[in-house]
Amino acid sequence: MSLGPYASFIVTSYLITALLVLLLIAWIVNDYRNQRRRLRELEESGVVRRSGRSATER
Amino acid sequence: MGGLLESFLQHCLESVNAIQQKREAAKVYGGCNGYPRAMTLIDLANPTKFLSLTARLLPYLVTGTAIALAISLYLAATAPDDYQQGATVKIMFIHVPNAWLSMFVWAVMSASALGTLVWRHPLADVAAKAAAPIGASFTFLALVTGSLWGRPMWGTYWEWDARLTSVLILFMMYLGLIALWRAVEDPSRAARAAAVLTLVGALNLPIIKFSVDWWNTLHQPASVLRMGRSTLDPAFLIPLLVMAVSFTLLFATLHVAAMRNEILRRRVRALQMMQVCATSSDVSAASSDSQPV
Repeated sequence: MSLGPYASFIVTSYLITALLVLLLIAWIVNDYRNQRRRLRELEESGVVRRSGRSATER
Repeated sequence: MGGLLESFLQHCLESVNAIQQKREAAKVYGGCNGYPRAMTLIDLANPTKFLSLTARLLPYLVTGTAIALAISLYLAATAPDDYQQGATVKIMFIHVPNAWLSMFVWAVMSASALGTLVWRHPLADVAAKAAAPIGASFTFLALVTGSLWGRPMWGTYWEWDARLTSVLILFMMYLGLIALWRAVEDPSRAARAAAVLTLVGALNLPIIKFSVDWWNTLHQPASVLRMGRSTLDPAFLIPLLVMAVSFTLLFATLHVAAMRNEILRRRVRALQMMQVCATSSDVSAASSDSQPV
């Protein structure tokens, strides 16, 4: 597959898009783990929801 | 007169009883109007039910998005070169879906803003807040890939024309909304302010869409979403539409996952506040005990 004289523009466009999408995914996954960890720590310290159910339950 | 009042009160009592019986029936059948259903729209307003739904839905969304992206990348790679632009036409396959999604995400946020202001739906502001960083990313990508496409085709990375400027304003509004969410600590107060700003910002969407028709611009006019047939050849249109579907699926996946995170974040906040209240009441009780009587 030949990309012609403007190959650098095409490849950069796709690379930037892939990089930002991967960063978004990593941020969301990391945020999810952080929130779960903070909820577990709070529950372990004895703080429970008013409903009495676990805050990490789905 | 007394008899009239008595019959009115009797009527009210019967109505209340009938409503209570209907509610009980709805609880038994798990839905409204006595129809048994797995999950009603009202159930989705409950964050716990929403979390349970996302746990079931996310694996399918992730798989579907990955397959769709793989197919669309293959179609983009194997699409023929344009007779004028050559291979640079391949930038269109990522620039256009990003540009569409930049506006679509704001439209989703506007619907959520209505949900916050009019119906006070518990998940509406969660949806709006979770969508903002994703929409900002798509808008940023639309601007960058547009610049990288513009340099070889127009001879410039940037031109202060109506389409480019209105999309840049959209990007700044996304950043403003994210800043607003972070600046106001109470989520419910932030939600109302953000909802108003979102609805005001929605005025920019028709300006972006029709800017190429209203003003002279370097940007080409609409060639896919237009009255009549698309002006694009099917060899380019099909990969473009498949990529647009893939990016929409990507947005749906990221949005659902980010909403789940936001619900958990609010639970953390609620538990932290309970912890602070418990600690302060313990301290005040201890200090009152130590007071000389």
